[in-house]
Amino acid sequence: MKNEFKVIAELIEQDKKVLDVGCADGTLMKFLKDNKNINIRGLEISKDKVQKCIAKGLTVIEGNAEKDLIQFPDKSFDYVVLSQTLQAFLNPEKVINELLRVGKKAIVTIPNFGYWKIRLHLLTKGTMPITKTLPDEWYNTPNLHMCTIKDFVHFVKSRNIKIFKSIALNNENVSSINDTNLGVKNLYADLGIFLIEK
Amino acid sequence: MNTEKNIKTLLVKKPLKLDCGKTINNFPIAYETYGSLNEKKDNAILVFHALTGDQFVTGLNPITNKDGWWSYAVGPNKSIDTNKYFVICSNVIGGCLGSFGPSHKDPETQKVFGTNFPVITINDMVNAQYNLIEHFGIDKLFSIVGGSMGGMQVLQFISNFPDKAKTVIPIACTSSHSAQNIAFNELGRQAIAADSNWNEGNYNSKDTIPDKGLAVARMAAHITYLSKKGLQEKFGRKLQEREDLKFGFDADFQIESYLRYQGSVFVDRFDANSYLYITRAMDYFDLSKQFNGNLSDAFKETRAKFFIISFTSDWLYPTQENKDIVIALNAIGADVGFVEIESDKGHDSFLLDVPDFLSALKNFLDKSYIEN
Repeated sequence: MKNEFKVIAELIEQDKKVLDVGCADGTLMKFLKDNKNINIRGLEISKDKVQKCIAKGLTVIEGNAEKDLIQFPDKSFDYVVLSQTLQAFLNPEKVINELLRVGKKAIVTIPNFGYWKIRLHLLTKGTMPITKTLPDEWYNTPNLHMCTIKDFVHFVKSRNIKIFKSIALNNENVSSINDTNLGVKNLYADLGIFLIEK
Repeated sequence: MNTEKNIKTLLVKKPLKLDCGKTINNFPIAYETYGSLNEKKDNAILVFHALTGDQFVTGLNPITNKDGWWSYAVGPNKSIDTNKYFVICSNVIGGCLGSFGPSHKDPETQKVFGTNFPVITINDMVNAQYNLIEHFGIDKLFSIVGGSMGGMQVLQFISNFPDKAKTVIPIACTSSHSAQNIAFNELGRQAIAADSNWNEGNYNSKDTIPDKGLAVARMAAHITYLSKKGLQEKFGRKLQEREDLKFGFDADFQIESYLRYQGSVFVDRFDANSYLYITRAMDYFDLSKQFNGNLSDAFKETRAKFFIISFTSDWLYPTQENKDIVIALNAIGADVGFVEIESDKGHDSFLLDVPDFLSALKNFLDKSYIEN
């Protein structure tokens, strides 16, 4: 299991109720279910991936986060997880609001556009950056709203959303983000993980 | 049809109060079972059939000598694996394959009921079938499964008996018959009524059944079970055993010939009055109305695990209507999964060889059974 999921799993206590938005093939769901006795649900837009979740015995609903989160009642989950998909929505702000309405807390991870390799790519090559976490060309990328770790921190603060934990990830390297090291982490992390609450 | 010898029946002695106000008792329910009930009696699956189905889910149907209606999904090693599970299916009341219906004799008058048979509902159907669970001494079914009208029965059953099933699988169905659904059923009923042989439901000899009306009803309904794309790909404008148009009203096109054939084989196995009664039961089905407009309330007593399946090209019970059930379940935090299967085969997809559907059904059941 990838490092990102290990960090997310550590943020969630035993026996909680969790919704994984964009749960893909259910890797994280299965881990949480088997290891932390989590009552886990998934929402996934791809039919193929929904089938993979069903084959793992996971409860998953085929659907679109922008349209289908509305059906869940307020605070009906302890945690709502959104892994590396915020940037792909037409209206990320609306999705964040929905996550925080449906979940008591939300865990959001973002590919960091401020990562030094991305900056260097744009600086030296002058073309849209392509990396391991962002492998698509500008014309076929699903990512509509890329942001940096710093952008995301500024955004949640401006919306009076509480940040409980911010974690920077660079391959195997996991570290905390705070106000003083934000600039550095924004340069050296390729992924940011945030535990937030409204 | 002399079918008696191939039909197992349970005579229900307990009176059943119907939604119409009448009470029936000492009535037969015709059923069939597949596989075997284990010692713990925790491997039973109750399958509900659709409008024109019957208790012969799989294997050879001894009445029609054709494969059972859900042979793709039910059988040894299939999605509903009869090596593992004990499958029970019964003919709905109002039906014509052994269960109490309009072709039976009224015990009081000794005359065939015809349209004197009481109007029955989906609720009446499942309440009648509940007797089978008691008959087999099953405390809790492992699953209840059905497509189309079978799915409606699934929803009604878990609403009536919230702790009697562990898993619940309504397929290609709705919680409330739409105006379009009612319209198509009414078309079928009016086709039967327009056949002079129907005679207000009093037809007794085989020579005078309203076969033309019933065939037209079946033809119209059959179109609703297929998709436009499916029809176009299978038939297009292909001509039936001729080089060119004949400038007449015989079946020039293959689609005409196909529908006529579907109509003609249907009348051999189905009773026109049963068709009226069962379509009426579907039209009356409105589960949210039973709960003052709040569909969620229909499910709030159950802890069962739901799995809802729809098909992309089903315009009779479209995905949105299936999703409305998902939404109602999510609103109360129920355990519900949902998948829309890609298929060009229309509403009939659930009866056909649609691999993604069959594997989803199998995976859901088998994984849930392990966790059982």
